Amino acid sequence: MAYKILEKEEIAPSVHRMVIDAPDVAKAAKAGQFIILRINEKGERVPLTIADFEKENGTVTVIFQEMGKTTKQLAKLSAGEFLEDFVGPLGTPSDVEKLGTVILVGGGVGVAPAYPQAKAYSKAGNKVISIIGARNKDLLILEDEMKNASSELYIATDDGSKGHHGFVTDIMKQILDSGEKVARVVIIGPPIMMKVGTGVASPYDVEILVSLNSIMVDGTGMCGGCRVTVDGKTRFTCVDGPEFDARKVDFVELMNRLAMYRGEETKAVEKYDEECRCGLH
Amino acid sequence: MQELNGEKTSKVKKERTPMPEQPAEERKKNFNEVALGYAKEDALAEASRCLSCKEPKCVEGCPVNVDIPGFIKLVCEEDFSGAIEKIKGTNTLPAICGRVCPQETQCEALCVLGKKGQPVAIGRLERFCADYERKQGVKVPEIPEPTGKKVAVVGSGPAGLTAAADLAKLGHKVTVFESLHKAGGVLSYGIPEFRLPKEIVRQEVEYIEQLGVEFKPNYIIGRIKTLDELCDEFDAIFLGTGAGLPSFMGIPGENFNGVYSANEFLTRVNLMKAYDSEYDTRVRLGKHVVVVGGGNVAMDAARSALRLGADEVSIVYRRGEDEMPARREEIEHAKEEGITFRLLTNPVRILGDEKFNVTAVECIKMELGEPDKSGRRSPVPVEGSEFTIPADVVVIAIGTSPNPMIFKGSEGLDQNKRGTVIADEETGATSKCGVFAGGDVVTGAATVISAMGAGKKAAKAIDEYLKEQ
Ligand SMILES: Cc1cc2nc3c(=O)[nH]c(=O)nc-3n(C[C@H](O)[C@H](O)[C@H](O)COP(=O)(O)OP(=O)(O)OC[C@H]3O[C@@H](n4cnc5c(N)ncnc54)[C@H](O)[C@@H]3O)c2cc1C
Ligand SMILES: Cc1cc2nc3c(=O)[nH]c(=O)nc-3n(C[C@H](O)[C@H](O)[C@H](O)COP(=O)(O)OP(=O)(O)OC[C@H]3O[C@@H](n4cnc5c(N)ncnc54)[C@H](O)[C@@H]3O)c2cc1C
Ligand code: SF4
Ligand code: FES
Repeated sequence: MAYKILEKEEIAPSVHRMVIDAPDVAKAAKAGQFIILRINEKGERVPLTIADFEKENGTVTVIFQEMGKTTKQLAKLSAGEFLEDFVGPLGTPSDVEKLGTVILVGGGVGVAPAYPQAKAYSKAGNKVISIIGARNKDLLILEDEMKNASSELYIATDDGSKGHHGFVTDIMKQILDSGEKVARVVIIGPPIMMKVGTGVASPYDVEILVSLNSIMVDGTGMCGGCRVTVDGKTRFTCVDGPEFDARKVDFVELMNRLAMYRGEETKAVEKYDEECRCGLH
Repeated sequence: MQELNGEKTSKVKKERTPMPEQPAEERKKNFNEVALGYAKEDALAEASRCLSCKEPKCVEGCPVNVDIPGFIKLVCEEDFSGAIEKIKGTNTLPAICGRVCPQETQCEALCVLGKKGQPVAIGRLERFCADYERKQGVKVPEIPEPTGKKVAVVGSGPAGLTAAADLAKLGHKVTVFESLHKAGGVLSYGIPEFRLPKEIVRQEVEYIEQLGVEFKPNYIIGRIKTLDELCDEFDAIFLGTGAGLPSFMGIPGENFNGVYSANEFLTRVNLMKAYDSEYDTRVRLGKHVVVVGGGNVAMDAARSALRLGADEVSIVYRRGEDEMPARREEIEHAKEEGITFRLLTNPVRILGDEKFNVTAVECIKMELGEPDKSGRRSPVPVEGSEFTIPADVVVIAIGTSPNPMIFKGSEGLDQNKRGTVIADEETGATSKCGVFAGGDVVTGAATVISAMGAGKKAAKAIDEYLKEQ
């Protein structure tokens, strides 16, 4: 069984969008869920959020950033090629209902998972205020898509090359301070951004959700590798999450667990880059 | 009178024919199979020990009632094809059972020779016959006319594989749904290569494919489709989803980096081949590895860690050696390889450094008190006996329970408090019409052969159910 890559484009430096033919996954997919893919027999299983899906065409879109060997290898594939495995939809879908006003905060590739949520919250009749950010304007992704899916869109860049000069969480704070009645804030991005964002939003009377990316193997609750501490209890991100009540998440543990294979990964990338130079790939 | 080594002897040899195996010093550095299998001469010598009892007890000890004296007689006659056919009359996966069945508590436990000496090595003979057949090329039986009935099998472990094969042989159209990318269940992701070569599992799956069974990997029931949706599409369903959810101890420090569930550790090693640098998946290589538990899973994790290059591997188990649930042979093999057994010992806390890496396990000594519900004497902590074992990798192998995913979006499937599916012991019928279940999802973690037995009974019951439709 193999899954065909239908489209592939680089939407920002080292950030790629890929559309995959996976009718069964597309049919069942909901906002907030993810897939696990494997490029080939010797490859790792890597989790990626479902950034978009079309039930009629049977396609699933993922957006990924080149991080280590697998995502670099994935970036080299083109439309027409195949992935060995593509399993999903995994994770508990976001609990999307009509709440009133919802703020969606997306940082870096975290904007990708925020996009299906923006669509879902809008469809459910909410006022969606989206805040997206990146280090600089070239790294911003899905600006037009997010604009179309939201009632309001704000942009922040670390270097001020577009929108607000600073962090997405600054804008979030301004909105919360403005007196606008907000029911829920959803923050998705690098763990440090989610941690800081949670700290900023915590004093307000608002529900805060974060989408956690722990290290995974199977994605079905079998290995226990994705465990996180929420409210003092061990939970599995792949089945109990990936969304959790942000105030209760132990972010320090999460960040430390994500660093578990960093040494080995650096070596793998060095080896891979070396082989690429030798023309082995 | 038995014929042995060409001499007439009035006494049967007390000792069983030894199994050739890789020397311990050698094998602890590789993932190749430990036991090498009988040569023809070994098999003939061992088979000749069988007394062909009129009322063979061994058959009762086998959960699927393999005709043991029958197949052993054919081995004596050097009719190995006949022997394997006889075994396959009741056991579809003999190459696997011959390697991993806990024979000492099943068939071999009841062999009369065991009273005075060692029982006939039934498992080794079974393995010999199966390996003989694989070398010859397995014959695919003729499949009857299609009945037009469709059956879904959820999970491709031994229970699902057996049910699928039996149902296909009865002419039903079978589709197997598996959540992982490879079929086999625990046989693929749990039991290591050095005990059960993955090539054997692959060949068994291929054989079942040749029977016309369709495999759908990467397909999770409860996510892509619910059980209720399957019920609408298929005439009957067999649930063989196993007991894959790992238990943790709930002690402090369990989330430190370097603490694994046995499932994660073994999946990285077996399914994802972390021991082979050609593969991308990694596993933390420990110098000092502590494995908690006393079953096959603990033995497998400990011996895998050793093969990955650990200096010292200890098994920490809260009862004594006699109470260990692991197969005898695995305990012996682990000892020969140099695994340290710390018995009557229980972890109370895992210690780590500021970088969140595990550094040691704090344990307490135990003593055995009154028997508990399991009939085994229960371990009681000895106050003030705490001590620490240095560790950079800790593997928790203290049990599993069924994955609740199948219950998502499924009406009327009863489960009990432990999370297992309630099913009729004889038929596998559940509270949900047309849905049958068997294996670890019903019993909780058990054995390969009991899962197969359940798959077999359910296949028969499903066939009858379909005929009534
Ligand atoms: C539920 C979920 C959804 C995700 N969605 C997206 C997405 O939409 N787009 C995207 O770009 N990334 C996403 N990720 C992160 C992505 O899975 C990792 O970046 C990827 O596994 C890196 O693989 P690699 O082999 O290229 O890099 P590696 O060499 O494996 O690692 C590079 C870095 O990523 C971290 N990492 C490694 N494995 C994982 C993992 N399984 N999960 C999280 N971090 C990991 C490591 O700590 C390391 O710092 C998601 C992760 C999860 C768990
Ligand atoms: C490390 C280890 C060593 C062992 N050693 C021995 C031994 O030496 N001897 C022995 O007899 N027994 C041994 N056992 C126990 C034995 O392997 C199990 O009892 C047996 O595999 C149970 O078979 P099963 O078919 O019920 O389930 P499993 O083998 O667990 O298979 C279940 C399958 O269902 C799939 N699945 C689960 N949920 C879903 C879903 N919702 N949708 C689709 N697919 C799903 C899983 O991915 C899995 O592949 C060992 C177990 C382990 C973990
Ligand atoms: S299947 Fe297992 S229990 Fe039955 S005879 Fe063979 S080895 Fe013994
Ligand atoms: S990824 Fe294995 S349990 Fe979550």
